[in-house]
Amino acid sequence: MFKGLDRNDIRLMLVVALVTLAAPLILNPFPADSAWAQFNAGYPDLMQRFVIYGIFAIGFNILFGLTGYLSFGHAAFLGVGSYAAVWMFKLLSMNVVPAVLAAMAIAGLFSLAIGWISLRRTGIYFSILTLAFAQMSYNLAYSVLTPITNGETGLQISINDPRVLDRAFGTAASDSVPYPDFFGLQMNDTASFEFFGRVFQFSVGYYFAAMLFLAAFYLALRLFRSPFGLMLRGVKTNQSRLEYTGINPRPYTLAAFVISGVYAGLAGGLLAAMDPLAGAERMQWTASGEVVLMTILGGVGTLLGPVLGAGFIKYFENILSKINDQILHQWFAFLPDGMEDFMVTLVSPFVGKGWHLTLGVLFMLVVIFLPGGLVEGFQRIGRLLARLVGRGRKPVSDDDKGGA
Amino acid sequence: MAILEIRGVGKRFGGLQALRDVNLSVEEGHVHAIIGPNGAGKSTLLNCLVGKLVPDEGTVVFDGRSLLGRKPWEINQMGISRVFQTPEIYSELTVLENVMIACLARRDGVFRLEAWKTLAEEDDIRGKAMQVLADLKMEDKADAHSAALSRGDKRRLELAMCLSQEPRLLLLDEPTAGMARADTNRTIELLKEIQERLGITMVIIEHDMHVVFSLAERITVMAQGTVLVEDVPERIRGNPKVQEAYLGGHG
Ligand SMILES: Nc1ncnc2c1ncn2[C@@H]1O[C@H](COP(=O)(O)OP(=O)(O)O)[C@@H](O)[C@H]1O
Ligand SMILES: [Mg+2]
Repeated sequence: MFKGLDRNDIRLMLVVALVTLAAPLILNPFPADSAWAQFNAGYPDLMQRFVIYGIFAIGFNILFGLTGYLSFGHAAFLGVGSYAAVWMFKLLSMNVVPAVLAAMAIAGLFSLAIGWISLRRTGIYFSILTLAFAQMSYNLAYSVLTPITNGETGLQISINDPRVLDRAFGTAASDSVPYPDFFGLQMNDTASFEFFGRVFQFSVGYYFAAMLFLAAFYLALRLFRSPFGLMLRGVKTNQSRLEYTGINPRPYTLAAFVISGVYAGLAGGLLAAMDPLAGAERMQWTASGEVVLMTILGGVGTLLGPVLGAGFIKYFENILSKINDQILHQWFAFLPDGMEDFMVTLVSPFVGKGWHLTLGVLFMLVVIFLPGGLVEGFQRIGRLLARLVGRGRKPVSDDDKGGA
Repeated sequence: MAILEIRGVGKRFGGLQALRDVNLSVEEGHVHAIIGPNGAGKSTLLNCLVGKLVPDEGTVVFDGRSLLGRKPWEINQMGISRVFQTPEIYSELTVLENVMIACLARRDGVFRLEAWKTLAEEDDIRGKAMQVLADLKMEDKADAHSAALSRGDKRRLELAMCLSQEPRLLLLDEPTAGMARADTNRTIELLKEIQERLGITMVIIEHDMHVVFSLAERITVMAQGTVLVEDVPERIRGNPKVQEAYLGGHG
């Protein structure tokens, strides 16, 4: 299975697999009754977003990190994937398998069409074309296409949907709105287990998404090391040399575009599988910008970077957007009254709805001080530690050598 | 038999007639040098061969097939590789990766979607790339970042990429420019050796007369977009027209 991968790659894959599978334990370091519990990340809803946006960012990085083509419209494929999945739930079955497959297929076709046109241009013109197409899709979803998208309400499932397969097999629920399942295992089911005297939740939905995330990560790993990946890096560093070496860059960039579109579609399908609802806001340009941020924040062109970036953004979004003035007052209650009010006024623009401000500041700091993203940051820390620990040992941090 | 036939080629850039009625034929297996002062149109002529430029008039035929209107990659796949005047390499990749791209292009054609098998499993490609690097005495630099190479090594790397494609026609645009004497001599030896071993047809643009006279079987002299003379080296040396062109332009 690991044929053709070197020891570092295999180790990276195993570590990622281990962390992903043990996430409900690892991400819950603080006991539920402690004051720190609000910083835990190990509950199903957030972990699902980690792996789903991880898939989105990995796919985006196959295009942007390897070829250098910066798409500003990838959220369109995410949104299309969600719509396709919800339609499968409505028409065929609440089983997530057809939904996820349809999400990937439809997003793939859609990205083929948009990539076909956009890749006629390079650089900023390519970026603007993708942005324009995504905004067009967003607007269409709210206007002409409302019969398909259900406009502002968003596409939902209802008890009266046809669901022909479920009815044919007699598995259709008749009394309540059903929930997506994997051959009977409902996505919102959780099993609770006790470890170290504490209770941890294991969600079906998370593990379904996590398995697909691991497959997506492994596929990307192989792609990075493949002849195809080498050609994509050739496109990034000297496209005209590639042409004079007998390679037509267009099919390569188009293939990368479609692959990243399929990844986005898978992510969109999974979002719908976790919560069977699709709305056009998923396609908005801010969503496209977010995946760009994730990739750059984590480390462009590295395997782990986009995953770290996605996790970082989704984690801080979750923590910071929940904080309101009341919580701030609690935090600063130990200060004298005047100071307390002052600190709350100072901090409040950066939390709650204003958390994007914090994200912006963090992003600037990373771009300025860590151009290689979080991956570079960890590598530096690793090298520093290695130096502190002693000379005889090799640096421990080359698991994810950039691009290579 | 001529493998390359250039007939009546002309090319204008706005008001500048860069090429005018250029005729040139290159025999299979020969080394054919093009010399002439800067701005004579030598690089422009090569650009018309590899699909970078389309001539305004005239014909270019390679191995019985016209090259006009073909894409650069089609022309390369027909067996023409080019070393550029300023080295064109993948500077973010390692030396070995640079050459492996060329080997893959030769084996797989203009496009192939191979995203599962890794490069580590491509033993043939890796072996071939290493072989070519060894031929150019660069195997010790295989894992070096190509951006970090010296100017001379960048040229040799580009040459390695072209040679690894086993081209039928190799176009060299000032392959020794900017090289130290020792490097230049090594490159000449190398080109000679390759030519003898593989019999590749070469068109070489060169300012260094030492290089030209020790390699070429025929020499074409260009000035101001036209061909002045074409002859064997011995007769070019004493030609008054050539002397005049060089005194008039080349520094
Ligand atoms: N793409 C171009 N656009 C405009 N002028 C060009 C272009 N390429 C070359 N030229 C001009 O054509 C003439 C011939 O250039 P070139 O073929 O590079 O000469 P050489 O290689 O013999 O030194 C020069 O005057 C040069 O400035
Ligand atoms: Mg020139």
